[in-house]
Amino acid sequence: MSARWRGLVASTSLALLVGAAHAQPAPAKLVPAQSQITFQIKQSGVPVDGRFVRFDAQVALDPKAPQTGSVMVSIDTSSATVGFPESDAELPRPAWFGAQKFPRAVFQSSTIKGLGGGRFEAAGKLTLKGTSQELVVPVTIVQAGALSTATGEFVVKRLDFKIGENEWADVSLIADDVRVKFKLVLSGLGPL
Amino acid sequence: MDDLEARQLPVRCSAFDTRFVALHWLLAALIVGAFFTGLYMVGLVFSPLRFRLFNWHKWVGMGVLALSLARLGWRLGLTRKRPLPAGMPAWQLAASRGTHLAFYALFLIVPLLGWLYTSAVGVPVVWFGWLALPDLTPLNKPFGDQVLKPLHSASAYLLAGLVALHAAAALKHQLVDRDGLLSDMWPWWPSRSRP
Repeated sequence: MSARWRGLVASTSLALLVGAAHAQPAPAKLVPAQSQITFQIKQSGVPVDGRFVRFDAQVALDPKAPQTGSVMVSIDTSSATVGFPESDAELPRPAWFGAQKFPRAVFQSSTIKGLGGGRFEAAGKLTLKGTSQELVVPVTIVQAGALSTATGEFVVKRLDFKIGENEWADVSLIADDVRVKFKLVLSGLGPL
Repeated sequence: MDDLEARQLPVRCSAFDTRFVALHWLLAALIVGAFFTGLYMVGLVFSPLRFRLFNWHKWVGMGVLALSLARLGWRLGLTRKRPLPAGMPAWQLAASRGTHLAFYALFLIVPLLGWLYTSAVGVPVVWFGWLALPDLTPLNKPFGDQVLKPLHSASAYLLAGLVALHAAAALKHQLVDRDGLLSDMWPWWPSRSRP
C-alpha cells in the first residue's frame, strides 16, 4: 500500500471515529413478549386494570451518557383492554381512544437525564388522541444477562386528552387520574 | 295481657320492639330495591347508568348483608319472641318457622354470592366509593361468570319467591283470617286489637 493510500485510510478511519462519537448509540431492541404497558383507572373508587396489547419502542440510549439518547414509545390505541368484552368493544370508539382517527399514542423524549443508580428521567411529549402534553417520566433500569428492564409509572389526566367524552366525562364515575405503568424489556442496551 | 292492659295499651305497642319492626321494613325496601335494580341493570347497554346501578346494587347488597347479620344477632338475643296468633294450625307454624330460617339464610347467602362473584371477576366492592372491601376469592373470571353469577341469580330468585310467599301469607292472615297479624308489623294499619 502506498503512502498516499495509507493516508486516505487513516483519515477515513478518523472521520468514522469522530462521527461515531456524535451519532446516537446503537438502538436497543424491544422484547414485546416480556414487556407490558398497563393503566389503572378508578370507577367509583374501584380500581380497574387495563393494558395495551400492541406497542413498540425505539430506544437509542447509552446509559452512561443518557443525554445523547432518545426514546420513542408508540402504542396501538385499538389494542386497549380492561378484560371485559363489553368494555373492550367500547374503548376504540370515538368517545374513548378514537382509535380509527388516532391509531397511535406516542411518547417522544426530548431530554433524558441520568440520576444515578440506574434511575433516569425522560422528559418529552405525549401525544394522545390529537393532544400533546409535556411529560416527565421517571425510569428505572435493571440489567440481568443480555436483557435490560426499564420500568416506571406516571399519572395522566384522561380529560386533558378527551379520553371518555360526553356522558363519560363525569369524574365522579370515572376518575380523571389514570396511572400508567410500563415495563419495557430491551436487548442490546449498553451497560449501566 | 288482661282486659285492663288491653284497654290501656294501643295495639301498635305489642309484644315486640318497634325498632325491630322498623329494621324489617328497611331491609324489605333494600332487598326489593336491590332485586329489581339487579333485574334491570343486567339488560342495560354499556353506559354510565349501567355502571351507577351496578355500584348501587353492590352497595345496597353489602348493606343488606351487614344489617341482616345485626338483625340475626338481635333476633337470637331477643328474650321475648313475637307471639303468633292463637289457634294457628301446626303446619302453618312449621311453614312460618321454615320460611324464616330460609329467609335468614338467604339474607346472607345472596349478598355473599354477589360479593364472591364480583371478587372473582376482578371488580372489588368499594362501599359507597370509599370503603374498599377485601376480595372473598382470587381472580377467576370463568368461575365467576359460569358458576358464581348463576348461583347469585338463582338464590336471588329464590329469595324473591320467598318474599312473595311471605307477603301473600301475611295478607291472608290480615284479610282472610283477620287475626291482626299484620297490624303488628304495620303499625299504621287500621285494626282492632288482636284476639
